[in-house]
Amino acid sequence: MRNHAFIYSEDMLKYKFSDDHPFNHLRLQLTKSLLEAEDALQPDDFVTPRMASDEEIALVHDQAYIEAVKKAGRGELSPGLANNFGLGTEDTPMFHNMHEAAALLVGGTLSAVDEVMEGRATHALNLGGGLHHGFRGKASGFCIYNDSSIAIEYLRKVYGMRVLYIDTDAHHGDGVQWAFYEDPDVCTLSIHETGRYLFPGTGAVNEKGNGQGFGFSINVPVDAFTEDHSFLEVYEAAIWEVAEFFKPDIILTQNGADAHYYDPLTHLSASIEFFREVPRIAHEVAHDFCDGRWVAVGGGGYDHWRVVPRAWSLLWLEMSDQRHIAEGSLPETWLEAWKDQSPIPLPTFWTDPADLYPPIPRKPEITEKNKKSLDKALFHIRNEKNR
Amino acid sequence: MLIEEIMHKDVAYLTAENTIEQAMNVMHERKIRHVPIVNDKHELIAIVSDRDIRDASPSIFHADEHLEDLQKPLSSIMKTNVVTTGPLDFVEDAASTLYEHDISSLPVTEDDVLVGMITETDILHTLVKLTGAHQPSSQIEIRVPNISGQLADVAALFKANNKNVTSVLVYPCEDPEYKILVFRVQTMDPRRIIETLESSGYEVMWPRMPGMSP
Ligand SMILES: [Zn+2]
Repeated sequence: MRNHAFIYSEDMLKYKFSDDHPFNHLRLQLTKSLLEAEDALQPDDFVTPRMASDEEIALVHDQAYIEAVKKAGRGELSPGLANNFGLGTEDTPMFHNMHEAAALLVGGTLSAVDEVMEGRATHALNLGGGLHHGFRGKASGFCIYNDSSIAIEYLRKVYGMRVLYIDTDAHHGDGVQWAFYEDPDVCTLSIHETGRYLFPGTGAVNEKGNGQGFGFSINVPVDAFTEDHSFLEVYEAAIWEVAEFFKPDIILTQNGADAHYYDPLTHLSASIEFFREVPRIAHEVAHDFCDGRWVAVGGGGYDHWRVVPRAWSLLWLEMSDQRHIAEGSLPETWLEAWKDQSPIPLPTFWTDPADLYPPIPRKPEITEKNKKSLDKALFHIRNEKNR
Repeated sequence: MLIEEIMHKDVAYLTAENTIEQAMNVMHERKIRHVPIVNDKHELIAIVSDRDIRDASPSIFHADEHLEDLQKPLSSIMKTNVVTTGPLDFVEDAASTLYEHDISSLPVTEDDVLVGMITETDILHTLVKLTGAHQPSSQIEIRVPNISGQLADVAALFKANNKNVTSVLVYPCEDPEYKILVFRVQTMDPRRIIETLESSGYEVMWPRMPGMSP
C-alpha cells in the first residue's frame, strides 16, 4: 500500500469566477508543477477526483440551493433569486457550469476520504477543496459547496468516524463550524485572524457549540500582524489539547495559505515557515491519535504566485515524508516555466528572506493577547481535565 | 426592533405572601436572578432579586441557623419602585434604561399587568443582530467630518461599488470635529471599496492595506 494520495485533475481549474477574481485555482497547477519539478510526485501518487452526486451534496446543502446553483451555471437564474442564495455577488459571481465545477471539488475531497477509509492510502490530499465558507443554503466568501462539511457528514454516515476538523486558514471556518455546531461527534478547531474587521466576523472564543455539541467548537482568534512564533505557539498547544480531549478517529485539516504576510486579503504576518510547521504537527497528531488517518484540503490563499505553490508543496512533502526536498533554491525549470506569466518576481528559495517585512511594533502585546485567547478557548477543556 | 418580539412571555412570578424560600427555589429551578411580584389582578407591584435575598438573609449560607428567616414573606424584602418597559418600546431604549439604572433585567408591563421579562443578555443578543455582526461580512470604519450629509455620500460609494451593506453604525470620535461610520459589508474582498473611499478623500481607519506598517 502506498502511504499517500494526491487528488488532482486539470478539470478542477474550471472552478473559476473570472480572470481577475482573487480566488484562482491556477494555484493547483502551480503547486503540482513545482512538486513535479522537484520529482516529488510519482504517477502512482495521483488519484483522479470523482464527481460528487446530488445526494452527497445534499448531505449538507438544501435541495433548493443545489437546484439554484445548477440553474445559475446554465444562465437561467434571475439576479433577484440568485441574491437569496448568495450567488451573482461580487464575491461569488455566476459562471458557466458552476455546479459541475463545484461538485468536482467536493468529489475530490470525497475521493480523498475514500482513499484513506478504504485503505489505499494513510494520508490523502485534495488541494482543490477547503471551501469552508459555504453554508447550507447560501454561497459565501468565494465558496459554493462546502466540501469539508460534506466530507465530514459522509465520514459520519458511511464510516461512523469521530472527526476532528482543524482549520488554519486566516479566515474563520464558519461554514463548517455552523454545520456541526450541535454535534458532539464532530469537533471543529479554527485558528484565524480576529473577526473584528476581517471577514466573516465570527470565530470568537465564546463560540463553543450548542446543546449536545457544547464544547466541541473551538475558536482561537489571533490579532492582526501575528507572526510565526506566536501563531505556532497557539496552534501547537490547541491541536494537542483538543486531540487529547476529543480523541478523534480521523483528522481533516483545512490548509488555507492566506495567513502569509504577502496575502492581499488578510493582515497576518506568517512566513513560509508557518506552512512547514502546521502540517508537521498535524502529521504527528494523525499518527498519535488516528493510526495516521489524515485527509487534508486546501482553502484560501490569494498570493497564488509567491506563497501558495510553496506553502501547499510543503504540505504534500510533509504528508509523503519528503521534507528534505524543501531546502535551498526552487528548481530552475519551475521558475523558467512560469516567470513570464507571473506579474511579480517569483521567489527563488523555499524559505522567505529574513527581512520579509519590517519589525512589528506591538509584538509583545500581540503575543500576550493571543495567549489569553488560547487560554479562554481551551478553558472548558482544561477544566474538564482537572476534574 | 420591539420588546414584544424578544421578551420572555412564560414568566415565573410570585405574590407578596410567598416566602423567601419559595423565591429561592423558583430562581434555582428557572435559572433566573429576578422574580416579579404581582397582585391578584396580575399587576406588577414589586420585584425580588437574588441580591435582595442575600442582603436580607445572610444566614442562608449557614444552613442550620435562622431557618425561620426563609419563611418570611417576600413583602418583607421586595423592592416596590420597579423600573419597567412596555411591549411596544424599542430594544435600544430598553438598553439605555438598563444602563442608566445599572440593572440587569426589566419586567414588561401593559396597563400595569405583567406580560413579560427581558434580560441584559436578550438585549445584547438583539443588539449584536442589529449591528449585522452575525452575518458573514467585513467591517470597515471611516472617519468623516462631523457635518451633515456624510453618511449619504459614503453610502452612495458602497452602492456604486455594488457592495451589500448589512449594517451601519455611527459613533462619536474623540475629536468632536469628526465622527466614525462603521459599515458591515458582505464581502471577503474589501480592497476596491477601501481604495474608492480613500481616493474620494475619506480616511479608512482599518484594516490597513498590506505593505503599510501597522
Ligand atoms: Zn481564508
